[in-house]
Amino acid sequence: MSRGNDAPPPEPEYLGALKTDLTLALPGGGGGPEAPKPPAKRGFSDTADLKLGSSCHEDEDSAVTQPPPPKAQVVGWPPVRSYRKKMMKSGKYVKVAVDGAPYLRKVDLQLYTSYQELLAALEAMFSCLTICNVVNERKIMDNINGKEYMPTYEDKDGDWMLVGDVPWKMFVESCKRLRLMKSSEAVGLAPKTTSSKGSSTK
Amino acid sequence: MAYSFPEEVLEHVFSFLSSDRDRNAVSLVCKSWYEIERWCRRRIFIGNCYAVSPDIVIRRFPEVRALEMKGKPHFADFNLVPEGWGGYVHPWIRAMSAAYPLLEEIKLKRMVVTDESLELIARSFKNFKVLVLSSCEGFTTDGLASIAANCRNLRELDLRESEVEDLSGHWLSHFPDNCTSLVSLNMSCLGSEVSFSALERLVARCPNLRTLRLNRAVPLEKLPNLLHRAPQLVELGTGAYSAEIRSDIFSNLTEAFSVCKQLKGLSGFWDAIPAFLPAMYSVCSGITSLNLSYATIQSPDLVKLVSQCRNLQRLWVLDYIEDTGLEALAASCKDLQELRVFPSDPFGAEPNVALTEQGLVSVSEGCPKLQSVLYFCRQMSNAALVTIARNRPEMIRFRLCIIEPQAPDYLTLEPLDTGFGAIVENCKELRRLSMSGLLTDKVFEYIGNHAKKLEMLSIAFAGDSDLGLHHVLSGCESLRKLEIRDCPFGDKALLANAAKLETMRSLWMSSCSVSFGACKLLGQKMPRLNVEVIDERGPPDSRPESCPVEKLYVYRTVAGRRADMPGFVWKMDGDKALSADGSGNKPREVVERLGSSYAINFCTWLSYSLQSVPNTDARIITCMGQRNLFC
Repeated sequence: MSRGNDAPPPEPEYLGALKTDLTLALPGGGGGPEAPKPPAKRGFSDTADLKLGSSCHEDEDSAVTQPPPPKAQVVGWPPVRSYRKKMMKSGKYVKVAVDGAPYLRKVDLQLYTSYQELLAALEAMFSCLTICNVVNERKIMDNINGKEYMPTYEDKDGDWMLVGDVPWKMFVESCKRLRLMKSSEAVGLAPKTTSSKGSSTK
Repeated sequence: MAYSFPEEVLEHVFSFLSSDRDRNAVSLVCKSWYEIERWCRRRIFIGNCYAVSPDIVIRRFPEVRALEMKGKPHFADFNLVPEGWGGYVHPWIRAMSAAYPLLEEIKLKRMVVTDESLELIARSFKNFKVLVLSSCEGFTTDGLASIAANCRNLRELDLRESEVEDLSGHWLSHFPDNCTSLVSLNMSCLGSEVSFSALERLVARCPNLRTLRLNRAVPLEKLPNLLHRAPQLVELGTGAYSAEIRSDIFSNLTEAFSVCKQLKGLSGFWDAIPAFLPAMYSVCSGITSLNLSYATIQSPDLVKLVSQCRNLQRLWVLDYIEDTGLEALAASCKDLQELRVFPSDPFGAEPNVALTEQGLVSVSEGCPKLQSVLYFCRQMSNAALVTIARNRPEMIRFRLCIIEPQAPDYLTLEPLDTGFGAIVENCKELRRLSMSGLLTDKVFEYIGNHAKKLEMLSIAFAGDSDLGLHHVLSGCESLRKLEIRDCPFGDKALLANAAKLETMRSLWMSSCSVSFGACKLLGQKMPRLNVEVIDERGPPDSRPESCPVEKLYVYRTVAGRRADMPGFVWKMDGDKALSADGSGNKPREVVERLGSSYAINFCTWLSYSLQSVPNTDARIITCMGQRNLFC
């Protein structure tokens, strides 16, 4: 990115103001004849450095030199309001009911990219439970209650389905609500070792 | 001569003055006009809540009925102002609850409002009518419930784009059954579902309801219920604009729209699906304002909709409209005054839509009344900007955001100085300008030379040296707000133009090269400015004086140092950086000089208004020609 280096000579008033001593004299005070030396031109990455510099060097030549940050991560650029960013994200909030729990929770399915992540989040949310991970058939045996829960969901047609059979995106699209059902009640829905289903966790 | 008119006559004459500028001019004529005017001023606009204090306002204007006020700097919208910076409205509400029992209106922008404040409003002002909270935060739906329940004569409740902690939708049910006064309700920023039957009943019993902006949670199938109960609506914001595709839903919606013969403005359209757009066609010919900026609809469907809106004056839309859609807009909507095109994928590395500079050029060619533009795109050329400038010399607001910082003219790889230069040279009425792309000091020279009516300028990743900033500060006579980020501007231009800062509302500079030493000097020399350094790295005096500060916010004030600065904000005061818990308020004499640029021809002598404010002993001498400091 080359730029023309033909800045016009500064006008006398400005020259007067550009003494090395910092003063507040209004432009017009008798200036020194020497042309001011403008600070080094800064490319984008340099100005970004300035923002990130945590310590300050004594260099007269200004800019803190640090490796430029990855370009994507500029705060507040492009200038899209956080309100707008929030509103553009549609979010897919569904209620989560747990058998035996007094109140429901809500999760935004769009925050997750796989069944794995969702189930981990649900476990964290209802931390006293163990949730049977039907996708990987990983039974997390443990703890306080020793109870196991099967994750089920109601789909667009109003049917209750076992979580994990369909591809993740299809699940997000069709899921209306989640219910963690006590394993003991989930008769006939025990996870099978059918890897031929090919249901992707993505 | 003033004494020959009884006060009542003068007061009656003044009651016809609504503009603040006129009233300020009147109040500077002589002492007795000042006195009469201050007793009959009913509306106050405070552009920066820290420019003045509640006590000062109340002392001068004892009979205010309407307050409009702004808090945080504009760049707070883009997360450049850290959390906790300030802008709290509560001290104002507290003071006004005692002083203005007849207060009717409060309009706030970018301020922190708490439930406590809302409850105090609801309790204190028996005749409260209008609450507009624009881009505010800090309150929950509980606060809204207080307002709904207690403000018997509420006419407007407008929460536009505020961040509300949404505890539940129950607040709406707090409107009492005998509340029939609503004219405007904007709850579009809220997430939770309100009780639909409560909403329906509310809408039905408010015959003067003109503006209804629903939130996303109101389902499309139920919209007809509301429209039938409010066929007089002038502005409608839909909820989510999608539903199961069923013919009965479609026909109900179509019929409901056809009943609303007064509709002029439409917004909402979250999750819009094209199948339901034709339901609105019957109202399109009357529509003057259309906000589709949350609708992820593609160009062909957008074009079909927009080309029916022949009387469109304002369009907000996503860049899905593409160049072809903008061409169609230019062909159909000859009354268009304002266009805003928002990015659908601002953080994507590659363009996802066919929207270029050409779209804007088409609109500038086809829409003779175009005066206000906000345009996000990924490429621009000097040639396009020159064309736009020549096509539309009456442009008032021009904000261009080229998504890649410092992007050059994509055809010539040159800076975009010439293009923006053409804008300021041709558009002599330009009041607001935001620039982007590769820009050198040259563009600032053009701006300083030509942009004489420019009031607000936003700059990012531009310029080469202090010369650029100097051009702007020394040349832009009407400049009120200047906001700069990531530019190589340092101490010299700022200090050389320090006096200019007293003629402006505020200056924001972040990620520039202004040193701590310069900030201190500025604060020392300019006692009527608050020079505030925002630095999250810790106290500025723990670093060398030559070290640049992270962020700088400078604003004129008669209220002195603010008492609510958080730990990362320091006010430059003499040789010190003062934090909020620094030494107590010092006695100050705040003297405003004669501002020669604003001298008015009425009189040449000063009019004095000596006020003593407890604790600070500030004396404010209002002088002839001084521009209104509320501005």
